[in-house]
Amino acid sequence: MSMPRAIASEFQKVFTTRMWWLLAILLAVYVAFLAGGLGAFLGWAIENPEAAAAAGGNTTLPPGLDLAPLLYSFASSIGYVFPVLLGALAVTGEFRHRTLTATFLAEPHRSTVLSAKFLSQLVVGAGLGVVAFAVSVGSGAAALAGFGLETNLDTSDTWALVGRGILAMALWGAIGVGLGVLVVNQVAAIVIVIAFTQFLEPILRFVASINDITASIGQFLPGSASDALVGASFYNIASLGASEALEWWQGGLVLLGIAVLATLIGGATTWRRDVS
Amino acid sequence: MKSGIPIEIEGLSKHFGPVTAVDDLSFTVEPGRVTGFLGPNGAGKTTTLRVLLGLEHASAGTATFGGKAYRDLSRPLETVGAALEADFHPGRTARNHLKVYTTAAGLPSTRVPAVLEQVGLTEFADRRVGGYSLGMRQRLSLAFTLLGDPGVFVLDEPVNGLDPEGIKWIRGFLRSLAHEGRTVLVSSHLLSEVQQSVDDIVIISRGRLVKSGTLTSLELDAAPRTIVDSPDRLRLAAALDQAGLDYTEGNGGFIVAEPDPGSVGHAAFIGEVELSALHRLTSGLEESFLALVNGGEE
Repeated sequence: MSMPRAIASEFQKVFTTRMWWLLAILLAVYVAFLAGGLGAFLGWAIENPEAAAAAGGNTTLPPGLDLAPLLYSFASSIGYVFPVLLGALAVTGEFRHRTLTATFLAEPHRSTVLSAKFLSQLVVGAGLGVVAFAVSVGSGAAALAGFGLETNLDTSDTWALVGRGILAMALWGAIGVGLGVLVVNQVAAIVIVIAFTQFLEPILRFVASINDITASIGQFLPGSASDALVGASFYNIASLGASEALEWWQGGLVLLGIAVLATLIGGATTWRRDVS
Repeated sequence: MKSGIPIEIEGLSKHFGPVTAVDDLSFTVEPGRVTGFLGPNGAGKTTTLRVLLGLEHASAGTATFGGKAYRDLSRPLETVGAALEADFHPGRTARNHLKVYTTAAGLPSTRVPAVLEQVGLTEFADRRVGGYSLGMRQRLSLAFTLLGDPGVFVLDEPVNGLDPEGIKWIRGFLRSLAHEGRTVLVSSHLLSEVQQSVDDIVIISRGRLVKSGTLTSLELDAAPRTIVDSPDRLRLAAALDQAGLDYTEGNGGFIVAEPDPGSVGHAAFIGEVELSALHRLTSGLEESFLALVNGGEE
């Protein structure tokens, strides 16, 4: 009875401040820039191989590479940081602005509140996923079509990728809640999200791909698991040699596992503390 | 409106590491009366209220509403309205702030405009709280307490930051709540702030109870006394002894346990002592409050 109310309240919290649409706009611009921009550049390079080579461009793309899923998956392979941030802010914002007092007065069962945050951020993350994929498919397909390349919009594979990508974005939103409740300091949580997703993990994935043993560990990194779930990523091309990848459903389970574990640990520690 | 139920604090203690914030505290707050919860800053008032509201864990003892802990109340906002230090998300409007908690508590959304009207915030309801003055925040805190039309009110320093008009308004507000039979517990570090609106007082110092009872009982402690002084204090003391008056010596003269300055003056006349001061000691309530509170600090 109180769970649906708590979830509805969490949605209201998200949509009554400006952060959600600020992040949604940033996400859309970022994804449009990369998917559309890179799509246009690669389309041009494929159409004009001599010119591209003369320009010194390192555009020796693997033959038979399907550009469409690569471009479309920018939505999640680059955009996943946004649902994580929003999910983390849903928790850390309550500590920062000390609104936990009112939250726990209205719903004294703290596990209900945390579960409601987890579930609502799954949905919010999926919503950001819809925005991101609308932009990546829109701008990527426009760029490809502009150079007369295959957009794959008529294949079910493409739409299955989009569906899995939206699921990945949803799970990232829940991971954000887990991170937020583990690291309740808002500034620290934001720094960790940015540092891990933008620097640490890309380096780890690159290093892990150098040999087979590390690669089998590296595939469990959250970003790798996410790309495995989606089924395409520019990392698959950018990384050296044969990179191992999980099955798509395994990737999904890794993300879900991280989200649930972090939320449970945070829920048993910081979330139970005195609110002062 | 729900009827008031008593607040019962029994043997409550709260330790923060080696620091004891609340020490074996027991008192009861009755419905239909305004109870002032008094003590200097750092006496443990806020901690006591936070434990009562389930926001902090008690180290020992219980704090309940008619025997039920806050988290065991089936409809908390409809049972207890609580306003602690006014904290809000600065980017959310007052109306949305209240909506969020109305939803969480399963209350009808018509309560939001109703309580905004009640505290006089209607015209500012759609402004972001970040731009609110302290007084407006206090009113918004009170609006939150009213959402569930509860029978019990727990208010932590609600007078802080209010302008004189606001203070007058909140006095009337507290009186009317108690008049309707509700339980009202209001904390303050200044007796004078709540003196005009409380029926009962609970005074704590350093986490311990120093006095609880009616405001009248505190007034009796503070029975009017007389200040008398003379250039020749020895002779004055002899004259007071002669007349059988109890007194203590202070910087400004002798404080005599006698409400009538005339009697003291007569004693001096009989003893042939020249007087340099003779008047009634006023503001006795605040003084006896401070005496109680400082006594606890020794």
